[in-house]
Amino acid sequence: MDLTWGDEEEAFRAEARRWLTANLAAWREECGGEPASGDTRHGFAQHLLWERRLFEGRWAAVSWPERYGGRDASLWQWLIFEEEYYRAGGPPRVTQNGIFLLAPTLFEFGTPAQQDHVLARMAAAEDLWCQGWSEPNAGSDLAGITSRATRVDGGWVIDGQKTWTTRGAFCTHLFGLFRSDPDAERHRGLTYLLVPLDTDGVTVRGFGRLDGDEGFAEVFFDSAFVADDAVPGGVVLGGVGEGWSVAMATTGSERGLTLRSPGRFLAAVDRLADLYRASGPDPLVRDRIVDCWMRAEAYELFTLQAVTELTGSRAAMGAESSINKIWWSELDVDIHHTALDLLGPAAEVEGPWAKGWQFSLSGPIYAGTNEIQRNIAAERLLGLPRR
Amino acid sequence: MRFALTDEQLAFRDAVRDLLSKQCPPDVVRAAWGAPPGALQRGPWDALAEMGVLSAMSPEGSGGMGLDFCWMVAVLEETGRAALPHPVVETVAVLGPLRAPEGMTSAALGGTPAPCAFDADQLLVDHDRALRLYRREDVLLEELAAVDRARRLGVVKALNGDGEVVADDPAAIEAAFDRGALGTAAQLIGVGQAMLDLTVDYVKERRQFGVPVGSFQAVKHRLADAHKALAFARPAVLRAAWSVASSAPTTGRDVALAKAMASEAADHTGRACLQCHGAIGYTVEYDLHLFLKRAWALSRAWGDSRWHRRRVAAAIGI
Repeated sequence: MDLTWGDEEEAFRAEARRWLTANLAAWREECGGEPASGDTRHGFAQHLLWERRLFEGRWAAVSWPERYGGRDASLWQWLIFEEEYYRAGGPPRVTQNGIFLLAPTLFEFGTPAQQDHVLARMAAAEDLWCQGWSEPNAGSDLAGITSRATRVDGGWVIDGQKTWTTRGAFCTHLFGLFRSDPDAERHRGLTYLLVPLDTDGVTVRGFGRLDGDEGFAEVFFDSAFVADDAVPGGVVLGGVGEGWSVAMATTGSERGLTLRSPGRFLAAVDRLADLYRASGPDPLVRDRIVDCWMRAEAYELFTLQAVTELTGSRAAMGAESSINKIWWSELDVDIHHTALDLLGPAAEVEGPWAKGWQFSLSGPIYAGTNEIQRNIAAERLLGLPRR
Repeated sequence: MRFALTDEQLAFRDAVRDLLSKQCPPDVVRAAWGAPPGALQRGPWDALAEMGVLSAMSPEGSGGMGLDFCWMVAVLEETGRAALPHPVVETVAVLGPLRAPEGMTSAALGGTPAPCAFDADQLLVDHDRALRLYRREDVLLEELAAVDRARRLGVVKALNGDGEVVADDPAAIEAAFDRGALGTAAQLIGVGQAMLDLTVDYVKERRQFGVPVGSFQAVKHRLADAHKALAFARPAVLRAAWSVASSAPTTGRDVALAKAMASEAADHTGRACLQCHGAIGYTVEYDLHLFLKRAWALSRAWGDSRWHRRRVAAAIGI
């Protein structure tokens, strides 16, 4: 066991820190002050400036191959970068659903032509990807989706509706799950498709999330014809009818390591401790901060353990990603709840903690509700019977 | 960076698990409930001694193996999983690195009661600014009725002579206490895991409304949470073992985090497991209570979660 970082990793950390410090300041200056929320149209445009800076500095997707704009970084380096990113006060990544959810699936299932076209443009924030999974009548029960993709000469015709699509109103492309075999039920007969949102017959309507920002969208498909070559390399990711297993690979990333790194919570807890020091001693609140600190630390350690295994003999997180997701999402809620209690009456005024609080409340809901995660953990980790 | 035990360390753990599954099944723990003071069966203890576990952390020159805490953390977890009544943490982890134990060693630090007090060959006591080792017959003990009777507690009432000073440097005394807290944290993970395993097996078998009760979400969610608590406390304990082994400057903080989290995880798991068993868990005829009561005891021994949380608060400057 060795919990120290090597010289190479320390050098990587120092390089990341220097770059982030300089470029975050430059970006904020470019925006004329603190940028608006990335979930508003104006703020999204500001955040794209940041994403392009990241790409130019080759920090947009550090773990990717260099030919797509990455650094071939190890999982360890990725963790270090994330720590530095949030410690430096880096903003939420408006490209995250492409980079952290679609890209891992593309690396696993995409053809070389799909990878060459999609990944480089994604890293450069030229194509902006959103997720099209949930439907009005299929949320936790994702296998209940009814949006159809009908095979026609030269492409697919899509009908139906997707919803809760994060930043859909600002994105250019959607990756989604559609029923391609109308006679198949549930997990069978689904196909994972890559769809340009400027396709005729596709309508995107943004709407306000809990915090009022236009961070959600619903996407309507009205006999939308998507040509096979609408995305160079093809619009089907994985095989026709294989959509469920392809999509499940993405849920692994969403709940597991790559979406919410420990660095994010370590930084949030540090800010919470600063807020406490500024607010004055209160033993009741102090214990809650200790609690949050311990849980953030435990999350870091759990992740270090997982990365050790993943860089060794273990192939994937598997169902452990479910308890991982419960852990960080509930921690995020408690960090922000504690901050509101420290702020007292001032908490009702808009500000970073009020914003963060509202966002944290989505954590136990998105990426599969925590109730579903508990079912998965009980069934797959403990072996309890499904019915 | 490599955060995992080595294959050799895991093999050592597996050997101890195998030994304890034979030498310390629940009926041995039950026997410890009933045996008179001083009459604890030594079967598992002698087997551990023969394997070298009891002197594993002692210096090589003194007949030990000189192993660090990374070697012992999973082994001690196994002793918790078996609810081993004998004072293995006190003997191996608290005294062991200071000097090779001569027989079964209990400890009463900070005025706390000593486990297996009347059964031990020697007792470690902090007295007059030093850690002192006394022969059993030089300690006047008063028996305490513990809720977990396999704890076999005694309180030190008087000491005869000065004992043998094994540490008088305050840092060394604090380090010995931290090893006790960490060893106990490792045991708590094991106790919690034993309760969870027992409960998972039970709810798969127990049928109500025509189905296994483990198919109900209300049961699943409680047990998933118990699993989660243990799964996140375990790396905290493992990290503290590395910190102790490598004398990291954050050792005190890391041990405090480990003990607080392990105490809470075991307590939480115990509640979930009792509830998911229903009435059968609320008996002394079924084995669950052996582990449940151990979890209650150990989660408060060597500093309870509140005490260790205060240490964490001080370490992080709030």
